[in-house]
Amino acid sequence: MVSLFPMTARGAVTRRRGKVLAGPVDLTLDGDGVTVVIGPNGAGKTSFLRMLHGIARLNDGRIDWACSLEEARREQAFVFQRPVMMRRSVRDNIAFPLRLQGLARGAARDRAEDWAGRVGLAEALDRPATQLSGGEQQKLALARALVRNPQALFLDEPCASLDGRATREIEAILVAARAAGTTLIMSTHDMGQARRLADDVVFLKGGRIHEQAPAETFFEGPATDAAQAFLRGDIVE
Amino acid sequence: MTDLWDGLRQAVWLLLTLDPALVEITLRSLQVTVTALLIASSIAFPLAAWLAVRRFRLRRAVIAVLNALMGLPPVVVGLIVYILLSRSGPFGVLGLLFTPTAMIIAQVIIIVPLIASIAHQSLRDLWSEYHDLLISMNATQGQRIRALLWDARRALLTAALAGFGRAIGEVGAIMIVGGNIDNATRVLTTAIALETGRGDFALALGLGFVLIALAVTINLAIHWLGRTEVEGRW
Repeated sequence: MVSLFPMTARGAVTRRRGKVLAGPVDLTLDGDGVTVVIGPNGAGKTSFLRMLHGIARLNDGRIDWACSLEEARREQAFVFQRPVMMRRSVRDNIAFPLRLQGLARGAARDRAEDWAGRVGLAEALDRPATQLSGGEQQKLALARALVRNPQALFLDEPCASLDGRATREIEAILVAARAAGTTLIMSTHDMGQARRLADDVVFLKGGRIHEQAPAETFFEGPATDAAQAFLRGDIVE
Repeated sequence: MTDLWDGLRQAVWLLLTLDPALVEITLRSLQVTVTALLIASSIAFPLAAWLAVRRFRLRRAVIAVLNALMGLPPVVVGLIVYILLSRSGPFGVLGLLFTPTAMIIAQVIIIVPLIASIAHQSLRDLWSEYHDLLISMNATQGQRIRALLWDARRALLTAALAGFGRAIGEVGAIMIVGGNIDNATRVLTTAIALETGRGDFALALGLGFVLIALAVTINLAIHWLGRTEVEGRW
């Protein structure tokens, strides 16, 4: 299997109607462990992730993966802040990405059932996905993202508006995915979660990378004032 | 009032005795409309999904035209199809005029814009929901269209039923291209027009009630088969 990493972004910018949403960004990801993206609201975390993943248009600069773009797209998945529930059963939702790749229905469903079990949705296989609770929907979205066994998984605040128990269950799935070799790039508002999961931290402010450091260094003492203030809980704009 | 009452009695009588003429024109009505509906749906659904998924310069114009064509006057459609299919017309050699096939062609033209417009409304909403997900998963254009059509199947059923309703009750176009020929192209609506013209209001009303009953039955049957309003929102 070709490796996605290292990924390098140089001067990458995404805009919408002339307004810069994120960038310019210079970043190298080696693909080890979990990279957590933090920053105040409106710092461009979502746009940053969408740009790296390729669903937001890259207006300037470039993003290079270690393999061809086509392979890179195949080896990535994205979990949205508000999970998109397809109007099908849980089983067919998880099987959908495999079906897109041309896997036969039976085989796709078998693997979907396996993944449903891993995220704790084994009982819900035949239920319509739209009827799941918020936490269950996010677990379904995770299973659907992981079922292709991607090398890189982007997550946009996967635990926003979930309670403690659902958050813990989702973090357990993420830790397992990381152990299985998937690189996670996730944004979060929850500093406790950032501390629990992060290997590397990217601190965004105003659409740019304000500070990037290994998690230990960052949480012990960020180099920049803004990051220090943000960790203290001050309002950073 | 007595006319209505007589009509109702006549309808019941026609149904109870399974009047052969009634059965024949009812079956022809169904055959023409259902065939037209199947053809129209297989054109309109993919068109609607394609319009939802694809971004091109004239997209809004195409959708506006499609919406406007929902109000296409059947008589005019009938007239145009008549001219096209008549002996001297471009398709005259096919000899289709005054056959059920001509009626099907006219009905397809009338209901495709209707079905496509209604289907497009719901497919567009679904697409805005699915957009990011399907792009993230690298779905091809064809896969996007198929996913939308499958997941919006309930809404498409409603669109198809609207088309059915328009086609089964349509009289202007099929009268012109079908000619209301007994044993060949007479259907419920043209028969009603004929009996009204003759002054046989009771029979016309009787046929009318049969037509209404038919439309309601088909709608109920499809809703029941499709289990709409039972399994949640889709």
